[in-house]
This record gives sequence, C-alpha cells and structure tokens, in this order.
Amino acid sequence: MKLSRAIPLVGLAAAGATAAQAETITVATVNNNDMVIMQSLTDAFEQSHPDISLDWVVLEENVLRQRLTTDIATGGGQFDVMTIGTYEVPIWAERDWLAPLDDLPADYRVDDLLKSVRDGLSDDDGTLHALPFYAESSMLYYRKDLFDDAGIEMPEQPTWEQVRDWAGQLHDPDNETYGICLRGKPGWGENMAFVSTLVNTFGGRWFDMDWQPQIDSPAWQEAIGFYVDLLNDYGPPGASSNGFNENLALFSRGNCAMWVDATSAAGKLYNPDESTVADQLGFAPAPVAKTPKGSHWLWSWALAIPASSDSKDAAREFIAWATSQEYVDLVGEREGWTSVPPGTRVSTYENPNYQEAAPFADFVLNAIQGADPKDSTLEPNPYVGVQFVGIPEFQSIGTQVGQMVASALTGETSVEQALQAAQRATQRTMERAGYFD
Amino acid sequence: MTTARTKSMSAAGSVPKATPSPLFAALSSRRLWLTVLGWTVAGVIFFPIFWMVLTGFKTEAEAVADPSLVFSPTLDSYAEVQSRANYFHFALNSVVVSFGSTLLALLIAIPSAYAMAFLPTKRTKGTLLWMLSTKMLPPVGVLVPIYLLFRDVGLLDTRTGLTIVYTLMNLPIVVWMLYTFFKDLPKDILEAGRMDGAGTLQEVWFLLLPLTLPGIASTGLLAVILSWNEAFWSLNLTSSQAAPLTAYIASFSSPEGLFWAKLSAASTMAIAPILVFGWLTQKQMVRGLTFGAVK
Repeated sequence: MKLSRAIPLVGLAAAGATAAQAETITVATVNNNDMVIMQSLTDAFEQSHPDISLDWVVLEENVLRQRLTTDIATGGGQFDVMTIGTYEVPIWAERDWLAPLDDLPADYRVDDLLKSVRDGLSDDDGTLHALPFYAESSMLYYRKDLFDDAGIEMPEQPTWEQVRDWAGQLHDPDNETYGICLRGKPGWGENMAFVSTLVNTFGGRWFDMDWQPQIDSPAWQEAIGFYVDLLNDYGPPGASSNGFNENLALFSRGNCAMWVDATSAAGKLYNPDESTVADQLGFAPAPVAKTPKGSHWLWSWALAIPASSDSKDAAREFIAWATSQEYVDLVGEREGWTSVPPGTRVSTYENPNYQEAAPFADFVLNAIQGADPKDSTLEPNPYVGVQFVGIPEFQSIGTQVGQMVASALTGETSVEQALQAAQRATQRTMERAGYFD
Repeated sequence: MTTARTKSMSAAGSVPKATPSPLFAALSSRRLWLTVLGWTVAGVIFFPIFWMVLTGFKTEAEAVADPSLVFSPTLDSYAEVQSRANYFHFALNSVVVSFGSTLLALLIAIPSAYAMAFLPTKRTKGTLLWMLSTKMLPPVGVLVPIYLLFRDVGLLDTRTGLTIVYTLMNLPIVVWMLYTFFKDLPKDILEAGRMDGAGTLQEVWFLLLPLTLPGIASTGLLAVILSWNEAFWSLNLTSSQAAPLTAYIASFSSPEGLFWAKLSAASTMAIAPILVFGWLTQKQMVRGLTFGAVK
C-alpha cells in the first residue's frame, strides 16, 4: 500500500523535474547584427544551461520599442528579457518596471564593464537595472585615398570648420563622390542623435536648468545653419531621407568622402565583403566646434528583466551569460574578432586578438570613455544623456524637432522659422507635462 | 460617321486591298487602347511585388546597389531567413488565425445580415452605419484596454485571442457585404420557400446560402486576405507562440546593416500561400465581386 502510494509521488517529482528543465524564457530583441549572432548562439547557451530554453522575438527597432512599452506599462508579462537602450533604462527603472540586478554571479566582474556605459544603466545608488550588450559612440570616417590625393592631413582632433573646408575640396558630384554624408532622416534616434551632438559642440543645449527649451538660442541657430549649408552644399542629393543605413550603404559604395556616425559602423566598413572602401578607411574623433563636450554620443543596447517576468532567475542567468567575457570570447572564436559586441568590457579592449582584428578599437574605447551623459553641454543642463534627453517626453519632442530640422534641410522653411516652430512645440509639450507653468 | 465612311471608301478606292471597316478599326483601336491601359495599370500594381521577388534572389549588396535586372540569382537570403526563424511555425499561425476568424465572422454575420436584409426595422440603417463607424477609430486608440483585457483573461500571445480580434475587426465589413448581397436577392424566392413550409433555418440553409454563395465566398476571401495582411494587432498582441507571418516579416527589417534581400525573401515567402490561394479562387472572387451588378 505504501509502495503504491509512493510510486505516483515519484512520478510527480519526475514530472516536476522535467518541467523545471524546460523553463522557457522569452527574449525580445532587435534585428541588429550583434543580436542576430546572439540568437545564433542559442545552442551554446542551452548546452551550458540545460535547464533553460530560449524563445526569441525579433522585431524592428521602432516596432519593438512600441511593443515593449505597451507590455511593460501594462505589466503584460509577455517577455522575460528585453533589449532596450540607454534612453529607456533610467526612465523604466525609476517606475520600478525593471528588476534590479544587484545579485549577479561573482565571476560576472561588474568592474570590467566600462564606467560610462555602466553609469548609464545604473540608478543613483549604483544598482544596475540592465546589462550592456554592446555600446557605441560616434566618430568621423573618411577616405584615406581621397585625402591623400588632395594632400589633406587628418589632425588628431578635427574641427567642424576644417571638415567643411575639406568637404568643399573633395566634393565631386559628377563622379558621385560627395564631400560629406550625414543623417537627415527625421526621428529622435535618427537625425536628432547626430544634430544633438552638433548642437552640443556648438555650445547649445536642449533645456536650461529650469527645463526651459533653448532651441531658438544662437547656438542652435548657428549649429543648424551650419548643418543645413554643409549638407546642401557638399552632401549627397536627397540627404533628408538618409539615416544610418542609407549613409552606410553610400559610404561603403565609395560615394562619401567623410561620414560622421556610430562607431558600430566600423566593423561593417572594414569588412571587404560589405564595403568597397575597406582598405581606404580612415577614422578620427568626431569633429568639435566651440567645446569638446557632447561632441560624440553614447548609446548602449542593454538586456533587462521586466519586473513582470515569472522567470527572473533564469532570465538573469541568460543576460549574465550574453554580456559576459565568456560570451565575447565565444563570438570571437566562432564568428571572428571584428564581430564581437564592442564597447562594453575593458577586457575586450585588452584582448590582443581583438586589438589585431580591429584597428579602430582604441578610437572607439576613447570615444566611449570620453562621453559623459551627465555633463554633455557647455552650459549646465538638468538632464542625463548626450544625444537625447532622459525624460519620457523626449521621444515625441525629438521626433517633432527632427521633422522641423529636416524641413529646414529641404528648404521648405528657413532655419530660423524651423527652430522657432520647434521651440514653441517643445515649450507646449513641456508645459503640458508639468515641468513649468 | 458618314464623312468617315466616304473618306474611308475613297481611301479604299485608291488602295486595292480592302481595309477593315472603320467601325471595326475604331473599335479595335479603342480596344487596343483599353488593353494597353489595362496592362499598364496591372503592371504598375504588380511591379513592386515583382521587384520584391527579384530582390529576394539578390545578395544584400546587389539589393541596395543601382537597380538592375541582370544579376546571378542566389538562394542565400532564403537560407539565412529560414535559419533564423522557423517559417512554418509562423505560416501555420497565419492560416489558423485567418481562416478561423473568417469562419467565425461568417457564422455571426450571416444571421445578422439576413435579419437586416429581410426583416429591416427603422433602426437597421443606423445600426449598419454604427457598425461601420467602429472601423473609423484608429486601432491604436483601443490598444491599451484590449491589451489589459487580454492580459487578465490570459489571451495574450494565443491564437484564440488573435482570432477573436480579427473576427471583431472584420465583422463590420463582412456584415455590410453580406447585407448588400442578400438585399439583391428577390424576397419572393424566400417567400415561396416559406409557402412550401420552410422554417427560418431551412430558408437560410436551402435557399439563401446556395443562391448567394458567390457573394459569401468572395466576402470570406476578402476577410481571409484582410486577416492575413493585418499587422498592427498581430505585432502587438503576440510574441512567440501565436505570432503570424506579419511578425515574421517584421523581424527582418533593421535600422543597422543591410536587410533588403532578406526582407524581400521573407516577404515573398509570407505572401506565397495567400497568392496561390488567390489564384485558385480567382473565379469565385470576380464572380462574387460582380455578383448582382448586372440584374
């Protein structure tokens, strides 16, 4: 009798064990190259963690952002791991939407994470709310062959004025070589990411210490005027519809003499399969004007665990693995060292394999370390973020202002009109959000 | 007309071979023009799809290079797309959800359209318009309430949940179309049936449905296609288990790096089933859409 009772119990326990073995976590991510590699390494993770299996939801960045915001704001609990950026992490953490990551395994080596990147993902007490998957800054790419032919030497720190002169010298539209390519496609993460750094280095800022918008200030006028003239005089035709991808395609086909954009493009431009200018690629720090502050951005894609997840422990194991040094080594061995996720760990930059494969490594490291989201403008500002403002309202403000800047670029409105309209719109949004009356 | 004829006769006089009658010439040139116009419109509509299919067979670099018809086709993009996501999982969800929601919508819409067409009250018109007005609200306006409801009843990321939403989404159009088809049916036929002792159910089953089958079929086909292509709800209410082909396509667009060839390959695979389905049912479709146009 006792035995027969015990048997079903054993059976139940066994069933329980298999259920625990099949703990599935749903990972939401974007379709960027580094994430595609992460997805392709699912097997490696599942082999080393047999009690966890991964389910992927891969979406386009804007769709993903909307999808995740809906889910996290309503506590939907559809995802166990979310891929989010430096912009979302502090805002979501403040609302207690993200699980704090204070009990990471000892071998994770939090102090190996680059400080500026780590700061962007921690709250004021230093508690991490997301782990950095890869990070990027911005820098100047140029064509060495064109520069050599024209007898131009790239200084250690170029200025925007120099860049304009060079662009004029190298602009050759008849041969489809344009002096400079820059982002023009409207959007807070598209043209405004670049434009914000330009405004920063021209001495401007988004808001003063009382959260009053400063978009009609002389610094903005000067920066946007410079941007519009530069791109209209020496840029490719239809620049207002070019975002990161379009410019990447233009530069890698040899249509741009210079391009200022994300450091994450370096790996792609260095890859001869994707780029016809791989052997002529030069790079320099992002140009400066009045101040070096905020002249290059800081962005990281990070993995976070929503507070609504039912499988937080398994999710923590996964994100610790995907952002670990072990993972970097795994990608380096399997996919080649130029493909490792950049910008997160000091150890990556100390790795001789990486140094050899990625000659741009030091530039990227310096750019990332030199970007300070808490002190990014000449005059003091109340916000965190170099190329964005860390408040929930910024997505709509940034995109709206981006559209107005784009209309100045196409000549639909004058720079002055565009900035006045942008100032008014931003003021209204901020007033409605209760930053001032 | 007369002048034309005299002219052409004089022309015929000078040329030994008889030319076709001017009426025929005018007609055939008009027909020719109409044919040309028809093909042009069809070409313009079809071109993006043609280009998409073509791009799916290019490499990523060729896909963003200057448009060209000459290239050596490759299946790389298809292989890559399949290695990153299991197409059949998404396709099955699409099939189940589109056909399920269409069946459900027809089940609800046939009785209601019947009631409105044959037993109208003074509020019928208003009801119909009100139903249609729900289509005028942008779906994002009700996203959060529906998301919360679905969360609480556990319908997020389930085929059942998506089927319900698609049914509700298509219901107004389905009712409207069926209502128009039913209205065109002479009431006398149904009355004759009733005289012979048919009940309401028999009347619907043996008379109404067979007589309006082309209309019902084309309504159903339209509902299937609308559900198949729907991208807002499918992206927002599903994550991994119930995600249909629209979510599959969305996973191949990227703000970083080249993706056109992969996206085209994924899109081609996503539209292939519904395209084949459309071809097979083309006759029904055209018959249904012109049903009642000529009485």
